[in-house]
Amino acid sequence: MPEFTGYRRDDGRIGVRNRVAVLPTSVTASPIAEAIAAEADASVRATPHQMGTSQPDRAREQTERTLAGTGRNPNVGAALVVELGTETIAADDVADRIARSGKPVETLSIRAAGGTRAAVDRGAEVAAALADEIEEARRETADASELVFAVECGGSDATSGIAANPAVGEACDRLVEDGGTACFSETPEFIGAEHILAGRCADDEVRERLLERVDVREDMAALMGVDMRGAQPSPGNQEGGLTTIEEKSLGAISKGGTTPVRGIVDYADDLPVGGGLVLMDTPGYDVESVTGKVAGGAQVVAFTTGRGSTTGNPIAPVIKVTGNPGTWDEMANNMDVNASTVIEGDSLSTVGERVYDALLSVADGKRTAAERRRLEEFAINEIQPNELGELRGEAI
Amino acid sequence: MKGAVIDEVALVMTDDDTVATALADLEAGRELPVDGVDRCERDSVTLREDVPFGHKVALTAMASGDPVYKYGEVIGEAAATIDPGEWVHTHNCESRRGRGDVQEGEA
Repeated sequence: MPEFTGYRRDDGRIGVRNRVAVLPTSVTASPIAEAIAAEADASVRATPHQMGTSQPDRAREQTERTLAGTGRNPNVGAALVVELGTETIAADDVADRIARSGKPVETLSIRAAGGTRAAVDRGAEVAAALADEIEEARRETADASELVFAVECGGSDATSGIAANPAVGEACDRLVEDGGTACFSETPEFIGAEHILAGRCADDEVRERLLERVDVREDMAALMGVDMRGAQPSPGNQEGGLTTIEEKSLGAISKGGTTPVRGIVDYADDLPVGGGLVLMDTPGYDVESVTGKVAGGAQVVAFTTGRGSTTGNPIAPVIKVTGNPGTWDEMANNMDVNASTVIEGDSLSTVGERVYDALLSVADGKRTAAERRRLEEFAINEIQPNELGELRGEAI
Repeated sequence: MKGAVIDEVALVMTDDDTVATALADLEAGRELPVDGVDRCERDSVTLREDVPFGHKVALTAMASGDPVYKYGEVIGEAAATIDPGEWVHTHNCESRRGRGDVQEGEA
């Protein structure tokens, strides 16, 4: 059984990084959180975002769930939640939800601290103390079955569906065989292939839930005047050789591998450990989608790209996989795994093994290209529950 | 999913596929040896037209309405008669799942 070393947390989960997360409850607290992380220890990371001041209830709940989930991610050893003090989301509420995992959590109110300068000073002090506290953690051996591996794609081209995605899918299959959890998301990209996924669902309940989530995403797109089935594949996709929405979506879902779909969870909801292949209902926007899966507990992310991507995450390492030989050459310092060797005749199984090896060594501490360059983005998905509820005839 | 690379220039994703994906800009007249591909009942396919990188070439003859297989799945149906070696794209292959094609309640 493949193994790696990680940080055992009080709730039993295993982290592959040992970070202090500085979580702002709103856009107003975000610059303070960033300033705190910049002044504190190298292991401290902020998660600045645009939400949380005044959102409709369902949207606010999602923001709160995302923040609490990010704080509970096993890569986080301790957390500091920062509020201005006037938000609808209170730092104490988020902190309470994180504290249930047993890790040290502190809160900071910018108003109560005496304004921005005092808050940054106080916050940096608290974050540094938390960093000291978790520095005692030592890596111990863990089993691959304890990994929750999130997969994402962005900047797709013809090589994504034939090389990078199926290679990452092979790695997902290996992890699931070894007892771990693989998670892919981006519901808008299932459309056209949802019948294939529905056929792979472990039971009727998962199947119905999956198809319902596809319906909701289509309705949301329709609200913005987009006919997802009519608009796909895009002219750029077509130029690259993608003929139908089925073809595009089949390429997209191949990054999840071929095992049964064991469940589907909401955006930023907890992903099960040892759960096999689980989907998360997220939008197609890369950074928001990665954020949702990391909030769900994913310790490592693989990001496939054809045309190139630089994205990372403050909490989870992001492994870049490209199937495009040109991108591998031109963006060498942003890429981690070369899947374009499929084009020279390497089998997908060989390249999938390389992705799986990268997953294990990154879990074990090897830094990714995005980590080495401190490329870290964090964004919380915004939903418009009122409009959506109205469309679906639901009470808000 | 397992893929097979033909002559370093085309990729067949599964044994059930009726199209291969070009891994280079391919020119009309080029021969692709396909004796290892289950679905093909011939030793080679000759390209009837240019097929650009990332685009698809037919490995078998298809009648209008026949399913087109890639990834071992149906990606659409032939909108015209397609001969082996023809470029397969929006001009001769249509989605079965575009809006309007989906039965009420199916999705």
